[in-house]
Amino acid sequence: MEWASALAYLGAGIGAGLVVIGGGLGIGKLAGQAMDASGRQPEASGDIRTSMIIAAALIEGISLFGLVIAILLALK
Amino acid sequence: MLIAELPLVAQHVADKVEHAEEQGGGWIIHHILDNYNFLGIYPLPRIHLFGMDLSITNHVMFMFMAAIIVFFIMKYVANSYGKSRVPHGFANLMEILIVFIRDEVVKPTLGGGYEKFLPFLLTLFFFILTLNLFGLVPYGSAATGDIAVTSGLATLSFLVIQGAGMKKAGVIGYFKGMIPHGIPSWVLPIMFIVEILGIFTKPFALAVRLFANMTAGHVVIFSLIGLIFILKTLWVSPVSVGFALFIYLLEILVAFIQAYIFTILSSLFIGMAVHQEH
Repeated sequence: MEWASALAYLGAGIGAGLVVIGGGLGIGKLAGQAMDASGRQPEASGDIRTSMIIAAALIEGISLFGLVIAILLALK
Repeated sequence: MLIAELPLVAQHVADKVEHAEEQGGGWIIHHILDNYNFLGIYPLPRIHLFGMDLSITNHVMFMFMAAIIVFFIMKYVANSYGKSRVPHGFANLMEILIVFIRDEVVKPTLGGGYEKFLPFLLTLFFFILTLNLFGLVPYGSAATGDIAVTSGLATLSFLVIQGAGMKKAGVIGYFKGMIPHGIPSWVLPIMFIVEILGIFTKPFALAVRLFANMTAGHVVIFSLIGLIFILKTLWVSPVSVGFALFIYLLEILVAFIQAYIFTILSSLFIGMAVHQEH
C-alpha cells in the first residue's frame, strides 16, 4: 500500500492551492487599497507604489513558506 | 559552435526526460539542485574536510564569479571619481543605484549612524542582485536558489544585527532593551519570549523568502517548457514558450525586488537593534 506517498502528494496539492488562495487574496486587497489611495491623492502615488511593492513582496514571502512545505511533501 | 551543439543538447535533455519520466518531475529537480560539475560539464574539485562536504560546486563557482564581478565594477566606479565629483557613463548608472540604496533604503530605516553599515548593505544588495541575475542567463544557475547560500547571507545579517545591537548597548543592555515599556507587567514574560524568538525567526524568514522566490520562478519556467516534452507534442510550444517568456520577464523583476527586500529588511532590523528606544 503506498498510502504515505499518495497522501503526501494529495497534501502537497491541496496545500499549494490553499497557499495560492491566501496569497492572492492578501495581495489583491493590498493592490485595491493602493489604487484607492492613489486615486485620492495622485501626488503620493510614487510613495504608495513603492510601499505596495514592498508589502507585496513580504506577503509573497509568507505564501512561499507554504509552498516550500508543499514541495518538501511532494518530494517524499 | 554552440549552434552545432544544439542537437546534442536536445538529445541530452530528451534522454534525461525519458529516463526520469517514471518519476514525473525528476528532471526539474535535477536542474534546480546544485551540481558537482561546473555548468554541468566541467568537473570541479571535491573537498571533504572534517566530515563536511566542502567541495567547490557549481553554485560556489557562480558565487566566486559574482564576487569578482561586483568587486571590479565597484573598483572601476570608485576610481572614476578621481578627477571630478560628477560621474560619467557607467559610473553614473552605478551612482543612481548606490544613491537610491543610500537615500531611500538605508537612511530612512537605519536612522542615525547609518554610515557604518552602508558598505555592508550595499555589498549585500549588489551581490544578491548579481547572483539572482546569473540565474537568468543561459547555462547559468541562480546560487541564491540554494538554501545553503541564502542561509549564509541571512547568518551574516544576523551576526551584524546582534553585533551592532550589543556594541551599542552592551550584551546585558541589549537584552534589557528588548523589553518594551508601557505595557502591563503580566504580559512581560510573553513579550520577552516573543522578542527572543523574533531574533531567530527574522533572519530565517529572510533566507527562506529569497530562496523560495528564486526557486519558485525557475520551477515554473521549467514546468512550462517541460510541458512540451511531457505531452510529447509540438503544438503546445507557442503557448508554452509564450507563458515561459512572460514568467521570465517577471523573474527579472523578482530578481531586483528580492535583492531590494533583503537589503531593506536587513537595514530595518539593524536600525531596530541599534535604536532600541523606538
